[in-house]
Amino acid sequence: MTPENTDELSKAARRERGLGRLLIAIYAILALAALGRSVFQIATKFDQAPLAYALSAFAAVVYVLVTVSLLAHGSVWRAVAWAALCTELAGVLVVGTLSVFDSTLFPHDTVWSWFGRGYLFIPLVMPVLGIIWLARTKNRVS
Amino acid sequence: MIEWFTWLQIAVAVVGGVLGVVLGLIGRKPNDLSMGFTGVVALLLIVQLGVAIAAPIMGNEPTGSLFEFYLYLVTAIFVPIGAGFWALIERSRWSTVILGIACIAVAIMLSRMSVIWFIQAA
Repeated sequence: MTPENTDELSKAARRERGLGRLLIAIYAILALAALGRSVFQIATKFDQAPLAYALSAFAAVVYVLVTVSLLAHGSVWRAVAWAALCTELAGVLVVGTLSVFDSTLFPHDTVWSWFGRGYLFIPLVMPVLGIIWLARTKNRVS
Repeated sequence: MIEWFTWLQIAVAVVGGVLGVVLGLIGRKPNDLSMGFTGVVALLLIVQLGVAIAAPIMGNEPTGSLFEFYLYLVTAIFVPIGAGFWALIERSRWSTVILGIACIAVAIMLSRMSVIWFIQAA
């Protein structure tokens, strides 16, 4: 955590930072949960739906990447965060659409099927919030 | 898993969750109330771990996959503990909100675990 004196930051900057912390916390929980579920799926029933479960594992990795890149400082990590969030948004939109129109492609519940319905649509909302936050905090590197 | 105990856990987690989010949004730093609820949620999860280990011996078997159940449980245990440490390190209103979100996440995981134990066939 940056050792800045919070009194020196303006209210808006403090709120920005707080929202950033919230994002990190939610993504960390998502990453943990997705990793756990993915481990279970691949360890026990990978052959049942290899595409879906491989995607699930990919999603878990993306969530970990988002969490780490939001935590870290520097312009490179910021670029990684942008890339990861855009990948995540594309993933949930593409997989979501495909799963709605062709349920045989994704027969099992993965984190992105039906736009994340099985996870209260959190996987759909989160990347949008993340991208909005990144765009709004453009002027500060960390 | 014991049904009434699980409902108790979920109730505590939901109350702690709403409390944390509301207290945080109105600007309160982590205090005994929000930290306390989170701590109780974590404690109850440890108790749940004990229950889960003992249950099959007493004849209480899950209908679903025990492996999946434990994955959720172990993950769930880390969540309030991690949030608690976060709140200790950074004492801001957002940490309080994060405490609340952690409790809500645990409530969601617990309801998923109860489905695995009581409803879902392996």
